[in-house]
Amino acid sequence: MLPLDPLPLAASASNLLAAREQMAFTLGFHIVLSCIGVALPATILLANYLGLKRGDSDAMELARRWSKAMAVTFAVGAVTGTVLSFEFGLLWPEFTGRFGSVFGIAFAIEGIFFFLEAIFLAIYIYGWKRLSGWAHFWSGVPMAITGIGGAFSVVAANAWMNQPQGFTLNAAGKVVDTDPLQVLFNPATGYEVPHMILAAYMVTGFLVASIYAVGMLKGRRDRLHRLGLLIPLTIACIATPIQLFVGDTAAREVADHQPAKFAGMECIQETGTHQTEYVGGICTEDGVKWAIPIPNLDSFLVGFSADTEVVGLEDIPVDERPPANTLLHLAFDAMVGIGTALLLLGMWLGWVWWKRRDIPQTPWFLRAVAVSGAGAILALWCGWIVTEVGRQPWIVQGYMRTEEAVTQADGIWFSFAFMLVLYAALGTIAVKVLRGMSRRWREGAAEPDGTPYAPPEEAAP
Amino acid sequence: MSKADAAAAILWVGATFYALFGGADFGGGFWDLIAGDAERGGRPRALIQRSLTPVWEANHVWLIFILVVLWTAFPPAFSAIFTTLYVPIALAAVGIVLRGAGFAFRKSIEGLAARRAAGATFALSSVLTPFFMGAVVGAIASGNVPAAGNGDAFSSWLEPLPLLTGAMFVATGAYLSAVFLVGDARRAGEADLERYFGRRALAAAAVAGVAAALGLVELHAEARYVFDRLVDQGLPLVIASALCGLALLTLLLRGSMGRNVAPGATYRPTGRGLMRPLAAGAVVSVIWGWGVAQFPYLLPTSLRIDQAAAPDPTLTIVFVVFAVAAVLVLPSLALLYSLSQRDLLEAEH
Repeated sequence: MLPLDPLPLAASASNLLAAREQMAFTLGFHIVLSCIGVALPATILLANYLGLKRGDSDAMELARRWSKAMAVTFAVGAVTGTVLSFEFGLLWPEFTGRFGSVFGIAFAIEGIFFFLEAIFLAIYIYGWKRLSGWAHFWSGVPMAITGIGGAFSVVAANAWMNQPQGFTLNAAGKVVDTDPLQVLFNPATGYEVPHMILAAYMVTGFLVASIYAVGMLKGRRDRLHRLGLLIPLTIACIATPIQLFVGDTAAREVADHQPAKFAGMECIQETGTHQTEYVGGICTEDGVKWAIPIPNLDSFLVGFSADTEVVGLEDIPVDERPPANTLLHLAFDAMVGIGTALLLLGMWLGWVWWKRRDIPQTPWFLRAVAVSGAGAILALWCGWIVTEVGRQPWIVQGYMRTEEAVTQADGIWFSFAFMLVLYAALGTIAVKVLRGMSRRWREGAAEPDGTPYAPPEEAAP
Repeated sequence: MSKADAAAAILWVGATFYALFGGADFGGGFWDLIAGDAERGGRPRALIQRSLTPVWEANHVWLIFILVVLWTAFPPAFSAIFTTLYVPIALAAVGIVLRGAGFAFRKSIEGLAARRAAGATFALSSVLTPFFMGAVVGAIASGNVPAAGNGDAFSSWLEPLPLLTGAMFVATGAYLSAVFLVGDARRAGEADLERYFGRRALAAAAVAGVAAALGLVELHAEARYVFDRLVDQGLPLVIASALCGLALLTLLLRGSMGRNVAPGATYRPTGRGLMRPLAAGAVVSVIWGWGVAQFPYLLPTSLRIDQAAAPDPTLTIVFVVFAVAAVLVLPSLALLYSLSQRDLLEAEH
């Protein structure tokens, strides 16, 4: 720090924006990989099980290929997740310094799950050749369980930021007592955790299916591709209706416990009953423009009656209103809209499967599946925008403002720019590597020999 | 021992495991970096790659464990360290990303040039990352992190002791890695690589020893509190470390004399099974010596363990997590290592 900082407040405000952008970007990048880490193991194990139980060599081959791809996504996920742990100190040191003893409880538990996941993932990924079939299968089962446990712990910490409880502050604002069970099982845990785990299964299922849909659109309609589409798509399509139910519950809980967030995402200006549901549009202080209004629906969705009162932004103190209302509102609508479209896709598959025991033959179905992966990721990001931007200006709802939490360190804009470049390279290369793997499998080409750039087959001793 | 002290001990246990296993993985990257061109370096690199592939991610989790236990059990220490030493910490974080990604991509990326670039990224960041981590530890031991945080971003770690500690971290990782690789080479029946890494273990041990000796001198000058306790309460551990190091040196010297054994003949010096425990013992004693020397401070001499400690229920959770880890994670790790050491895990299939 310079000894005489002429504009400490301006520097802090600038840091706040840079730190929020960096956090959003690095979290948005990592969350996709963590979804894959949570749900891909179960998808692989299902294929592996079918392969072992029915002697299905195509299913076995899919499990083998997916586990190789997982080796890449898990490595990138592990390092980008580590960056987030560092950012608790590098970007939000005051938050962690003050409340680390509270929300850290959830992360300490997550540590065990991450450990076990890394260990059994390694055993599974590298155990294909030498472990016997069922022993290998069972070595993979802990990955699926620990993925869910890890998601529980991390999301419980986030839920705590939304509905904090289980701690006592002294007059100076220092945490002097904690109640770990209250922290872990805060009211928001109940809906955020299942919402995220289902999202992980949807993102992974639709993403993997979309890769095979693209292949089928290119004319590769062999059994391997059809199975590669069907297994993950079935998982995702089962998760989707449950997700809509959980999401609907979550929105009602938000309306009850975080009225500012709810008013922001629904663009409600004035408190009252018979609230209109606005689909799309731009939020202004004079109401919503260019939206499709559905009278009474918002009140009905919150309390199953048009007489339900919903709090508007006018009743939220000006300095406690969430920023970027239009972004919040559109993110929420996009998430719900995509979720609904994915539900329809699942119903399409279910109907045709029920009638004909086959996937729909029209190319439009494959086109829809081909974009479903990107759609699910977009919905995932929108959901996190709603929960995180919607909680602003708070980092711990009602207890600590984000501006109090941010670091005073210099160079946060520089670090954000650097992370943008680094992750762009990381993402590009990861996709390139995965596409290269897929092409080699298709062409039946040999793997790289695993020897780092050595001359070929040197005389062995 | 108070609850806070016990939580600090858990932190040190995590640091010990990370130094041993994570440190050795960084060391593998160091040897990869200086293995020479494709012709000469191909086989050592292949051995390093085989040894690291199944285990590096699990070993990496110890770092997450340390971070989480630090911010959960001792939140003010965490924020003080991160608001002061953010420059080397951020550089270490970038190094972790580049190391992991470079290693993962090297195996599966296409094209010789791309694989070389990925490999060089892995190897170079394997050297820089432990250097910056060492600088952080050295700066803490030097007493350069004020309890209130926001210490000077540069002078706090751009000093002889932190930089020497960084060099010591790199050398120690290289030393551990070389000793581990001697065993891996022996198992693979590659006698020439066994000697190759044996010689490198000797060299790294010498460098680490010199860095440690210089470090003691600097400790005396820059961190008197820590020095005084190290040569008093910590003395048994310092001696233990030196004895382990000397015993290992003797074994390595005897091993390296076996280089004239005729091809095909098996040369079996006694005590080879002791090499890994001795190498580990030397490092573990230093880490606990440092802990004893800092006691009762987390940040010498501005923040004591009990001042930084979280409320009791949180510490209890840390103990429970540690107990569960001891019951579930340690046996699982043992299973992973044992499968790996019996060559039941392999990257290609």
